[in-house]
Amino acid sequence: MGSYVPSSGTEREEMLKKIGVATVEELYASVPHEMLLKSLNLPEGKSELEVSAEMEALAQKNTIFKTVLRGAGAYDHYIPAAVKSVTSKEQFVTAYTPYQAEISQGILQSIFEYQTMICSLTGMDVSNASVYDGATAMAEAVAMCKERKRTKAYISATVNPVYLDVVKTYCSASNTDLTVVPAKDGKTDAQALEALLSDTASCLLVQQPNFYGLFEDAETLGNIAHAAGAKYVICANPISLGICKTPAEYGADVAVGEGQPLGMPLAFGGPYLGFMACKESMQRKLPGRIVGETTDLDGKRGYVLTLQAREQHIRREKASSNICSNQALCALTAGVYMAAMGAKGMAQAATLSMSKAHYLAKSLCTVPGVRMVYDGDYFNEFVTTLPQCDKVLSALEKKGILGGLPVEEGVLWCATEKVSKEELDRAAAIVKEVLA
Amino acid sequence: MKLIFERGEEGQGLSLMPACDVPVVKPQSGYAREDKLNLPHVSENELSRHYSELGKAVHGVNDGFYPLGSCTMKYNPKINEAVAALPGFTGVHPLQPEETAQGCLEVLYDTEKALAEISGMDSVTLQPAAGAHGEFTGLMLIKSYLRFKGEKERVKIIVPDSAHGTNPASAAMCGFEIVNIPSAPDGCVDLEALKNAVGKDTAGLMLTNPNTVGVFDKNILEITKIVHDAGGLCYYDGANLNAVMGVVRPGDMGFDCIHFNLHKTFSTPHGGGGPGSGPVGCKAFLADFLPGVRVKKDAEGKLHASKSPKSFGNVKAFGGNFLVVVRALAYILTLGKEGIPEAAKNAVLNANYMQACLKEDFDLAYNVHCMHEFVLTLDRLHRETGVSALDLAKGLLDNGIHPPTMYFPLIVHEALMIEPTETEPKETLDEAIAVFKQLKKLAYENPQALHDAPTKTPVRRLDDVKAARTPVLKYKFQ
Repeated sequence: MGSYVPSSGTEREEMLKKIGVATVEELYASVPHEMLLKSLNLPEGKSELEVSAEMEALAQKNTIFKTVLRGAGAYDHYIPAAVKSVTSKEQFVTAYTPYQAEISQGILQSIFEYQTMICSLTGMDVSNASVYDGATAMAEAVAMCKERKRTKAYISATVNPVYLDVVKTYCSASNTDLTVVPAKDGKTDAQALEALLSDTASCLLVQQPNFYGLFEDAETLGNIAHAAGAKYVICANPISLGICKTPAEYGADVAVGEGQPLGMPLAFGGPYLGFMACKESMQRKLPGRIVGETTDLDGKRGYVLTLQAREQHIRREKASSNICSNQALCALTAGVYMAAMGAKGMAQAATLSMSKAHYLAKSLCTVPGVRMVYDGDYFNEFVTTLPQCDKVLSALEKKGILGGLPVEEGVLWCATEKVSKEELDRAAAIVKEVLA
Repeated sequence: MKLIFERGEEGQGLSLMPACDVPVVKPQSGYAREDKLNLPHVSENELSRHYSELGKAVHGVNDGFYPLGSCTMKYNPKINEAVAALPGFTGVHPLQPEETAQGCLEVLYDTEKALAEISGMDSVTLQPAAGAHGEFTGLMLIKSYLRFKGEKERVKIIVPDSAHGTNPASAAMCGFEIVNIPSAPDGCVDLEALKNAVGKDTAGLMLTNPNTVGVFDKNILEITKIVHDAGGLCYYDGANLNAVMGVVRPGDMGFDCIHFNLHKTFSTPHGGGGPGSGPVGCKAFLADFLPGVRVKKDAEGKLHASKSPKSFGNVKAFGGNFLVVVRALAYILTLGKEGIPEAAKNAVLNANYMQACLKEDFDLAYNVHCMHEFVLTLDRLHRETGVSALDLAKGLLDNGIHPPTMYFPLIVHEALMIEPTETEPKETLDEAIAVFKQLKKLAYENPQALHDAPTKTPVRRLDDVKAARTPVLKYKFQ
């Protein structure tokens, strides 16, 4: 049996004596006797070597693709070595939420820096310290925008379907009316939106680039939302913001998104990072923790958790959200990633991803039967038709390539800076071969 | 400490990205960024040193004793970190074909099974990302079940006044009305108050057991029966599961669903506030409503993920905080059937030992044997010396000890809630007890010293009021 209990038998006896009981079991006297468990139906504990071998065997059952041409909410970007090194420091890994500010300055300052970088990236005024992921960030944004007389939320059908599902769940929970704005040619149908919006509209949620990788006419959509008196929420791909227009430039009131591309591995879906930022006028409605700058008794600069009157431990049922634990270590990861990349690196990663995706699209479309489903401008994802989809994807998988994701409209492909021209050529050649 | 924006110079940076080997494509003007992107500009050395400096101004479990009540700050085993970093886990795309992710599915399958056994539940979802997220999920289970049964009039969730703040907040997010019931003088559920609170409009009760004063509610079977008899469901807040895992199961106490905190009970690190993981377990009659996918094993041992048609949806994209689950599974495998109750019992032993020693100098909020944590009330000390629970906590900082949870539960004045966990040796407990006693002595001899504490930390007490009145929430670039 493995154990992390350090006290010896003698020490335990001493402790029992001090307490005044003969056995530990006596301390459980208030548990009804018939309820006490005889034994857990689990295997016996194991040594570290055995656990290590067992977990490694499980890991080896997975296929790790050398080339990943699939995104759809989880992106295979390069993670700088410095990011892994910093974020595995034990102080950061093993600390609690920085409620005791005097011994948590490192974490508090790192969050303050993260907040600053998220504001830079999105163009917004205020960022929180993170929520669980992009999907829950979107759902929290709906709650943020709700007002007494404005209760109806609108969401574009072109957002990631998993995000849509999570937003639906949260809206169903809080009995919030949610309308899905239909898509036209892979983008939000602006005319339909105009017709649907009512004077009780609280917000419009749009993803930019959207699930199909396409750039929405985000400025027009924002204008329509604002004309109806609704708040405008943009869910952005953070890597794209290295070169693409920011949510603020499109007029968004709230910017949210999935921060996973900022230094987090694919990891079968988590832990990821939900980022949330907003205009200053909405800062008191932001959910979750926020770090602010202040001074100590000697006038020295320092950081604390602030504006806590929004939070559950103070406001209980009147809090802006129930969130307590967030994704702090992932926010640190994103902060270190952005610091390592700098503005130049962010622009490079974005440009490389976009360029590679366009090259891949062009290459794939030389294969007979493969064509672009939509003709709009796109970032690093796009949808093509793909005859014999299963056969093609499985041929790619056999060669170590995870192809695009089958979706209703075709196959959704993705490229990042990690894939070389050679790999892209190889993928296109395999598709050609299968379909020949 | 300098901010990272105050280091380095414009033009500096790491060389991370290669030249583009395909024709360059950039967004057209309507989609191109015009705003300057202000990010740090540092060399790798400066970056590395910056975060080393920040790291030195952080107190983790690795740096010292952390008796933070209700947070279960136990030691985070290294093997868990090692296995969570295996490329065979970190490199798996959440949407890759099932047959290429069998190892991940097996991790989910094994963890679900173990958690079901530990809690006495029938099914478990690993999708929720944190404890509060688990509460949301559990309450949505209750809501979905009641909707399915057509019992729409059940709109109220009963929460004791000693509950964690997340309980009422989660219930509110799920559209429930909250009925707060006062605790009995012993800190447990007031049975009369509960009987008066339940009725045709009761959706359920949220309860922590052992509760937030560290006491196992001996009336638990009667409590869950009162709620069930009224047609409501019982939700178990698993924050304090560390006291009872392997000893007694929430499922056997009459609870219908539960959330776990893998980052408390199952030794995964807190990461400075997250990521955690808040799986939810439930009895069979609720299982079809669980969010996300269920993993099942076929006759050949292949694993398949499928969604129940009655599922209420998803609470998060993909399958949850997977790498946190990997760590928890490694922990469960290590401890096994004997190690799990051994951990619980030693958590209870350590807490009772500290309580027995500290009650010689401090007032206990409830003078009974405790479970994994206990609450001191510094009310008298505060009245007699002016030294508050906050002051004492700040005094602990100067002694390398992370303070207990302060001013919680709300029903205890000047509360300090102490949870030593099972991973601390007696030696550490004895040292901490001595520090507590010294500080009490100091409170009577020189209270000002404690009002002034801490003095040995990187900063002294910070001005919270200033931070909230004139919020500075980001760095202002020149």
